[in-house]
Amino acid sequence: MSLGKLLERIIQLIPVLLGVSLIVFVMMALTPGDPVQIMVGEQSITPEQEAELRRNLGLDRPMVERFFIFLANAVQFDFGNSFYHGRPVADVIAERLPATIELSLVALVVALATAIPLGVVAAIRKNSVLDRVATVGSLLGVSLPGFWFGILLIMLFAVHMQILPVSGRIGYDNEVAAVTGFLLIDTLLAGDIGAFGDALRHLLLPAITLGLPMTAILMRVTRSSMLEVMRQDYVTFAEAKGLPRRRVLYRHALKNALIPTVSVAAIETGSLLGGNMIVETVFGWPGLGRLVVESIFLRNYPLIQAAVLLYAVTYVVLNFLADILYTVLNPRVKL
Amino acid sequence: MTVLLEVTSLRTEFATRAGLVRAVDGVSLQVRRGECLGVVGESGSGKSVTFTSVMGLVRSPGKVAAGTIFFDGRDLCQLSSEEMRAIRGRDIAMTMQDALTALNPALTVGEQMAEVMVAHDETLPAGRAARRSAIRERSVEMLGLVGIPSPETRLRQYPHEFSGGMRQRIMIAIALTCRPKLLIADEPTTALDVTIQAQVLELITDIRARLGMAVVLITHDLGVVAEHCDRVMVMYAGQVVEEGPTAAVIERPRHPYTRGLLASIPRPALRGQRIEPIMGQVPDLVGLPPQCRFHSRCPMARPECLVAVPMLPAGPGRQARCLRLEDLA
Repeated sequence: MSLGKLLERIIQLIPVLLGVSLIVFVMMALTPGDPVQIMVGEQSITPEQEAELRRNLGLDRPMVERFFIFLANAVQFDFGNSFYHGRPVADVIAERLPATIELSLVALVVALATAIPLGVVAAIRKNSVLDRVATVGSLLGVSLPGFWFGILLIMLFAVHMQILPVSGRIGYDNEVAAVTGFLLIDTLLAGDIGAFGDALRHLLLPAITLGLPMTAILMRVTRSSMLEVMRQDYVTFAEAKGLPRRRVLYRHALKNALIPTVSVAAIETGSLLGGNMIVETVFGWPGLGRLVVESIFLRNYPLIQAAVLLYAVTYVVLNFLADILYTVLNPRVKL
Repeated sequence: MTVLLEVTSLRTEFATRAGLVRAVDGVSLQVRRGECLGVVGESGSGKSVTFTSVMGLVRSPGKVAAGTIFFDGRDLCQLSSEEMRAIRGRDIAMTMQDALTALNPALTVGEQMAEVMVAHDETLPAGRAARRSAIRERSVEMLGLVGIPSPETRLRQYPHEFSGGMRQRIMIAIALTCRPKLLIADEPTTALDVTIQAQVLELITDIRARLGMAVVLITHDLGVVAEHCDRVMVMYAGQVVEEGPTAAVIERPRHPYTRGLLASIPRPALRGQRIEPIMGQVPDLVGLPPQCRFHSRCPMARPECLVAVPMLPAGPGRQARCLRLEDLA
């Protein structure tokens, strides 16, 4: 991996971000609803006051001009003030980001840790009871809508059995000083094991809900690529060499079988970003996803713009990381 | 020469949708220590399946249904899967047709060599460093033996970084790492250029002489057999149809199928004459009637051939499965 390639990727990012900004801008312009009307609500104000407000928010200028102002500021990493918070958008997002990253990472870990072993076992014991259960389960996992599955989990574990919390990141009595913003880390830094456990319990249901579709898809990909790989000559040759079965399966078969799993995992990690908006809303999770949903309702244009750009960058970076991992698994591919 | 491998009445079946396929049907054979047996036949004649059965590597839905496989005094069919694993790669090694697909693309050549030693060699030193250098030394030696230049650097490379002929050599080196008593070479030259073919065969013959191992050379090229094998076995539709010393069989085949195979080889001496192909196709192996299987394609077939034909003696050390073998003498 040379520096040149890295630079190339960064340059490729520019048209992507430009395109994404334009699309979001146009979509917001086409969506009915006026931020000023929403801010004012039921209060009665004079037309002069309204015009004043509109001018302050920069909404009195024509669309095209607004877009170029946005671009000019964005290249200096200035995304303006949030209409609703009255503070820089970047600050508001930065506050919410750790909650989302924490949730996504835990969901990713849960998904990978379940999907890969399940897929491998299902392939090795093809047509066994376990294989069938896993295959049917994964079909359900892909088909169940996240908001519905999340509510179902809340009803079962939080309302009915009362063993897990309904919503939020941590109980009020367990709050610790924010250092990193990641509660799993902050509670440990504070040396509060009880709070750590509480944070983990809060994470469990949203992480499972968020990770479920990914788990299902990755399990199927791993299963089918494992089946495919086990038919290959090199697996037969490995057996003919008298290698222990474990080594044939995990070193020879799995390493090759994981190649498609990694590509799909990267794409699916991108889709976690979308899933976050639903899951965070259902579980009252104070992260970026819920912030974006709220901002859409409030027509909080600057925040939506910045958040979407952030999603786009994240998506591109994830794919780039997947490409690197791909070359590690598959020596035939050079970046 | 004592017998190393003795297969008796081997039957390997595959349960398919169309019915039970007897890919190998009553095959008996012997391989003596240090000799080279050529196994010839068309695709689907059961030559590969016979030896995958010997290796214990027949995959579902296939299984060895009957017969005994004695190797070095032990019946391989009676061994546990762990005992069988210990024999594979150490006492019986196998190379496959295409080294490109037989070598794992994701692992270095060094690792693929080392793992055989780790799996079988109890004489490796216990310490980590000593073990590693012993493995390395042995790998370099093996790559040198098969003629790979600068083996030290080559060990760190992946299969796709080698040419076709080199990959074939590497596969052979891997197979020979534990100095097996028997090497099963399944079509070792089919995937190679003609010039490389000769080199690889020379290599196998050369190493066989040096290590004193027996070789089973599975091929559909009678020319290869003529040059490298002590004895030859011709298979057709899951059965052995002729078997004997190479020179005698090629000089005067005693089965019409063998004769047909020989007649379909282009020869400079017979320039201008038409090559005579064997008409028709290999019969469907599902629900074969118990008669001579070559009957439908045989230019010499007679009504009395519609019976089950056993292997019949056909001269010193020779057998053939043909009622009319006297007419071919």
